[in-house]
Amino acid sequence: MKIAVCVSHVPDTAAKINISGDGKGIDPSGVTYVVNPYDEFAIEEALKTKEKFGGETIAISLGPEANKETLRKALAMGIDNAVLLKDESYRDSLSVAKALASEIKLHNAELVFFGKQSVDYDNSVVGQLTAELLGYNCISVAVDFKLDGSKVICEREIEGGKEVIKTSLPAVITAQKGLNEPRYASLKGIMTAKKKVIEEKTVDAANNYIEIVSFKRPAPKQAGKIIGTDASAVPELVRLLREEAKVI
Amino acid sequence: MANKILVFIEQRNGQIKKASYEAVRVAAGIAAKLSYQVEAVAIGDEIENLESIGNYGVSNVKHFKNSELINYSPSAYSKILFDFAKETESSIILFPNTSLGKDLAPRLAAKLDAGIAMDCTALEVQNNEIIVTRPIYAGKVLIDVKLTSASKVFTLRPNVFNPGIPGDTKSEVSIVNINSPDLSTKVTEIKKSEGKLDVAEAEIIVSGGRGMKGPEHFNLVEELSQLLGAAPGASRAVVDAGWRPHGEQVGQTGKTVSPTLYIALGISGAIQHLAGMRSSKYIVAINKDKDAPIFQVADYGIVGDIFEVIPALIEEIKKIKS
Repeated sequence: MKIAVCVSHVPDTAAKINISGDGKGIDPSGVTYVVNPYDEFAIEEALKTKEKFGGETIAISLGPEANKETLRKALAMGIDNAVLLKDESYRDSLSVAKALASEIKLHNAELVFFGKQSVDYDNSVVGQLTAELLGYNCISVAVDFKLDGSKVICEREIEGGKEVIKTSLPAVITAQKGLNEPRYASLKGIMTAKKKVIEEKTVDAANNYIEIVSFKRPAPKQAGKIIGTDASAVPELVRLLREEAKVI
Repeated sequence: MANKILVFIEQRNGQIKKASYEAVRVAAGIAAKLSYQVEAVAIGDEIENLESIGNYGVSNVKHFKNSELINYSPSAYSKILFDFAKETESSIILFPNTSLGKDLAPRLAAKLDAGIAMDCTALEVQNNEIIVTRPIYAGKVLIDVKLTSASKVFTLRPNVFNPGIPGDTKSEVSIVNINSPDLSTKVTEIKKSEGKLDVAEAEIIVSGGRGMKGPEHFNLVEELSQLLGAAPGASRAVVDAGWRPHGEQVGQTGKTVSPTLYIALGISGAIQHLAGMRSSKYIVAINKDKDAPIFQVADYGIVGDIFEVIPALIEEIKKIKS
């Protein structure tokens, strides 16, 4: 079975994000880029599935040259092959999904893993969009994944619980934290990954439906009041919550 | 395209989700400004009180019905909505940004070749165009966007848009029976976490961090949550340590929340956590470190030992509740 995993290269969640001088993007200076955290669960699930059922794994990333770092990390964890769809331009979710879908089709991957969202634009839709474009089934936000022949059984996180959801291959699964415990790349893995060639491809120009009008900072929160330094401040806190904020 | 807005009414187990009313009110607001009509759509088996949609400004609601549709089926729901959107030529489609809405909205967007903007926290009509605000980088930055495609799909963050004071107009419900829905992807069972509220839906959240010192002390967080009708939350540190389940995690790589009241107990306020909860209306922080970043966003703070302050707070709340 051919298993694909789509990965993105994003600012570390610990990074402070500043808006660029022209107000049209973010200022990348001083920002460390990493594998999108949810994609690590996707990579791990692809590897586990291959270990159990055999097959071949391929990592696909769309973006600039720098995305090779993330592909290299996927290879070091144990993914067999990697493709970079090289693109420097801004792309909205649907435009990303269209490029990924045509690449996945080329590889005939029956099972495709994504992270449930990229922690940059947070639109959390590329997995579902790609599945629809391919005509694949899709389960998003999976915290448990089981494959039984061509049957797929997942648990997905919902408000106040989980739902068990069933479908069949071909399928796209988007990974939520909790799906598995991503492995660390071994030294051998890192060495092997260094030698591997990451295939580079060009993609069709973006046809975006989302136009970004402006980037803004959230309104600064005014520092509030420190009411006290021990339990004796509690009655005043409760009074403020009832009378000033009127929230309890 | 006809001038129609389709708004999706989410039900779980026959009960309408509160976020649906917020979306209905937004749809009615856009319709008034653009001279559009609203098509409200619910999918399910029996749905309680569906005519209550009328109280939020939309006079008609379609109910696509089949006993198999009581639980979510992405394949069936997306097909029904796609067919209906085509039939009515709806060009603007709104969903609540719930776990179901997040899963369903992009499927419809792909079928309609529509631009899609998720988790909007503001929506305005300017010069006959819709401009939405979306938090990105978990809320560290906001973007204003507009969609340029013929069909446009938006999801609205729950608890942000005001559903307004309900009126007393019942909407007319028309039932359409669905024969043999496409159940190729289907929910077969729901496993509830024992009666606890979810941070994504709660109006009050009581969150605990590393300052709680161990999983055995989270009974304090739970007791305070229960007293306030709040959802218990957690910082990433305590989820990663295995003290609390991931479903409770607030912040980047957890849930981004905007409750009316957020109480942070023993949470220092890492940048990922602040990003995920800073848009809460009121924030209370209790932490012994006066320099903790959480105090920079807190409306009310107590710099003190949480193991003294929380029990006192529980007692005080009990007093006012009795």
